[in-house]
Amino acid sequence: MINGLFPSWLVVALQRVDAVLLAVLSLLVFLGLATLYSASDANLEQVQRQSVHFAIGLGLLVLFSQISSKTLRQWAVWLYSVGVVLLILVLIVGVTKKGAQRWLYIGMDIQPSEIMKLAVPMMVAYYFSEKPLPPRFTDIVIALLLVLVPMLLVMKQPDLGTSLLIATSGFFVIYLAGMSWWLIGGGVIFIGVAAPLMYFFGMHEYQRQRVETLFDPESDLLGTGYHIYQSKIAIGSGGAYGKGWMQGDQAHLDFLPERHTDFIFAVFGEEFGLVGNLILMSLYLFIIWRGLYLASKGEDTFARLLGGSLSVSFFFYLFVNTGMVSGLLPVVGVPLPLVSYGGTSVVTLMMAFGIIMGMRKRKRIYQRDS
Amino acid sequence: MFNVRAIVAGIIILFALLAILGRVYQLQVSQHEQYSELSRQHYEKRIPIPPNRGQIYDRNGVLLADSHTQYVLEVVRDNIGDENGDGRSTLADVDVFIARLGAIIPLQEKDIRLFKTQVRRFKYQPIPIRVNLTEEEIAVFAVNRPRFPGVSMEVRMERYYPLINTASHVIGYVGRIDARDLERVDKDEYIGTTHIGKSGVEASHEDRLHGQAGYHLIEVDAHGKKQSVISEQEPIGGQDLFLGLDINLQIQAEKLLGAERGAIVAMDPSNGEVLALASMPTFDPNLFIDGISQKDYTSLRDDPDRPLFNRALQGTYPPGSTIKPMVGVAGLAERVVTPGSRVYDPGFFRLSGQKHVFRCWNKRGHGSVDLKYAIQQSCDTYFYDLAYRMGIDRFSSFMSRFGFGEKTGIDLPSEAAGLMPSKEWKERRYKRSWFPGDTVNIGIGQGYWISTPLQLAHAVSIVANHGIRLKPHVLRGVRTTRNEEEKLLKPEPFAPIEVDQRFWNLAIQGMENVMRPGGTARAAGAGAAYRIAGKTGTAQVFGLSGGKYNAGRLAKRLRDHALFVGFAPVDNPKIAVAVIVENSSGSGGHTAAPIGRKLMDAYLLQQYGENMLKPAGVVGVSPEPEPEPEPVVSKTEKSTKKVTKKSQSKTKEKLKKVRGARD
Repeated sequence: MINGLFPSWLVVALQRVDAVLLAVLSLLVFLGLATLYSASDANLEQVQRQSVHFAIGLGLLVLFSQISSKTLRQWAVWLYSVGVVLLILVLIVGVTKKGAQRWLYIGMDIQPSEIMKLAVPMMVAYYFSEKPLPPRFTDIVIALLLVLVPMLLVMKQPDLGTSLLIATSGFFVIYLAGMSWWLIGGGVIFIGVAAPLMYFFGMHEYQRQRVETLFDPESDLLGTGYHIYQSKIAIGSGGAYGKGWMQGDQAHLDFLPERHTDFIFAVFGEEFGLVGNLILMSLYLFIIWRGLYLASKGEDTFARLLGGSLSVSFFFYLFVNTGMVSGLLPVVGVPLPLVSYGGTSVVTLMMAFGIIMGMRKRKRIYQRDS
Repeated sequence: MFNVRAIVAGIIILFALLAILGRVYQLQVSQHEQYSELSRQHYEKRIPIPPNRGQIYDRNGVLLADSHTQYVLEVVRDNIGDENGDGRSTLADVDVFIARLGAIIPLQEKDIRLFKTQVRRFKYQPIPIRVNLTEEEIAVFAVNRPRFPGVSMEVRMERYYPLINTASHVIGYVGRIDARDLERVDKDEYIGTTHIGKSGVEASHEDRLHGQAGYHLIEVDAHGKKQSVISEQEPIGGQDLFLGLDINLQIQAEKLLGAERGAIVAMDPSNGEVLALASMPTFDPNLFIDGISQKDYTSLRDDPDRPLFNRALQGTYPPGSTIKPMVGVAGLAERVVTPGSRVYDPGFFRLSGQKHVFRCWNKRGHGSVDLKYAIQQSCDTYFYDLAYRMGIDRFSSFMSRFGFGEKTGIDLPSEAAGLMPSKEWKERRYKRSWFPGDTVNIGIGQGYWISTPLQLAHAVSIVANHGIRLKPHVLRGVRTTRNEEEKLLKPEPFAPIEVDQRFWNLAIQGMENVMRPGGTARAAGAGAAYRIAGKTGTAQVFGLSGGKYNAGRLAKRLRDHALFVGFAPVDNPKIAVAVIVENSSGSGGHTAAPIGRKLMDAYLLQQYGENMLKPAGVVGVSPEPEPEPEPVVSKTEKSTKKVTKKSQSKTKEKLKKVRGARD
């Protein structure tokens, strides 16, 4: 039947797509668009623009699902190198918006740090794919340097949120590669000790204040704290069953800032309640687990490490965003994956799932077809 | 290796997401109530609607305090934008905003101060910043309105007093609410209210007059912009007050005092209603409504005649001989004297074994006198003797039952208690023991004893009532809506003075004789169409301390106070009066008693003449805001000014010692 509807090349192409993951992704996207419609006060135009983002993302998903891990591996080094060069260029001739120098103008404004979200795990996965696993200590140190260089460059812009995401995507590769639990434990302890020391002895008063606001936003109710305060009220007043779609007072009376982007989780919570959140989290959990499962079926080490890292990163975005909006974690500008409004985020995430799908072993798929 | 790591990651992820869900559960289930309430508070805003202030009428429905429309500028702080350009809308923007608004509409310093205190508390409520806009200012603002999105022009009712100076001490006045007022009222009720009672009935019955603020409960968005009306409650206007005051009698009283300093209190003894309460000179309460100018205030405050001072209930004077009938009743009740007992008056009284002589006003003496004759002749010796034999303890406690030495509890602010001296009081105050001579002086209403004109009227009402004591009050009735009949308030009784009726009759007969040939007020009592009971009094002022010597004024200020108390008709008392004329040229009988008589005539015979004020056709509809100025009022005004000019320096006058009353 499919053969009759689509040209044969498309049928072959679609066979590389994981139908189960795509189906669940579609459910999430649908839920996201419905929430966006409410959050934007029934702004159909915005929902249409976001749908276009998804369409582009879907195209890229199908496109990247055709690319084998061997091909991607060859891109890793130069993508990473170009990315680092662009980051350095940003610091020299970048475009400044809202006090941060994050963009490069090449006919249009591009944000090279976005490239690094993919380039860094690719590069680290590439590095480990050449080495014996579990990795030796020196390899881990070199991998960490590969992560640290772009991370510091982005931090300098300054863009703390993105640099954190870039760094974690690299760390996830190192973790998946089999870095020893002792080293992981040691690292955690080191950070646990160094951070307070840094806070008490290595910072100026104004820096300390900034950290305090980061961890206790409600101390600054006129600034960042206002967002958290309002989003907690939104979520809390939603109750177990929510106020109903399009019925959120906090959202519709304009109390909730950034409600169609970073804080859309609060709109969702207010309107759909705890029940809605259970469904949403189940969808996310399934997507992440499916991603990890697909990664484990990767063609080679590079495929498994990259696919696994992308899946865990997806979780990390989710965790940082929902943790922030519900007032558990510091405020870091991270969108709710596939729900928040925004082209870049949607397109790159869909692309990442395409990459995960494309790197699976081909043999099994041929077997299934026969 | 990868699979183990992936499974571990998957499990960690599961728990991390459960942690998020746990947090969401905490917010949405455990703390749901709290956040629901916060959410509701966020989008529900109460916009107060100030109530209309009740009007004040006299007992016949003549309007004494009315309200007329005026224009007010109100500001909602939340609608003040980012004025100082720092990217945020904060309190700092308010100052810049005020400066900008002040550039086109004059704002007063005190209005700005009040505005700032209120604006800090209320972000979404309209707060007045300027009242009583002139027509020109209304036009200026109308043109500039688009430049001030947070400001709205509202129509408000404002007080005015059509009778100007008349009865200003009773009616009082309203003024702009200040920070001190805000501390003692329900702030939520007064958000939109601009004025509050500051003195007189306006202050003492503020609760009744103000009414209840209404509100619109509206749904607002985060910018305070109205989305919809959730519910609304109309304000409940304040009650209209009907005073016991008969404004025509009040006008008579003020006219009779004329340019003199003094006070008159007229009461209905049967119910305690104050019919007239005059204190001269008076002032124009309209000056205070929107903040009195410094110049006006200085001239009122520094006027040596003290027009703002309500002599009728703040002024304390030696009661003089006016209390002799009450003292007589006390003597009879305490069995110190009997109706038939006599005292020989050689023209003085001397305590046995002492040289000091207490003189009777009549140096030749009255010979052998009984109580009735002693009252008629105001024989000092009889009462020296009575008081001395009664002793201060019994004397003081009995006179307290006539209300001396304590506030009457009238519904007007700032009443003075006067002083009914006692042994304990003197020891406390002067650290000296009580001398028998002190008691002797007290017997004729002198010495340490001081009382207010209101207390005298109250005491003589008790005599007129044969001991029944009712609380004096100015508020006679109220009504809640414009079209209903006023509801009369019940008089509040005190414990009556229960003594043999014959004692009252004897005292009253003495008082009647005062008004007859041979009495001290025979001239004032002549030709009355009804029976009058009265008692004159004269208190000689002696001694002055402080201030510059000013021969002309000193002479006047050293003159006696003339007093009169009385009631009529004797068999069915309808009016009781107390009159005091400060530093009068004549005695109580010559100056004060005729005033009392004329008041009684005016009230009992309705002799108000051509200019009598009548209630407006339909009560409650305000007459033209331009009232007919009373000729007597303007005359008083003129004479007050004259005195002000004449005496610039301030002299503190203190009654140091008062010699025996003399009548």
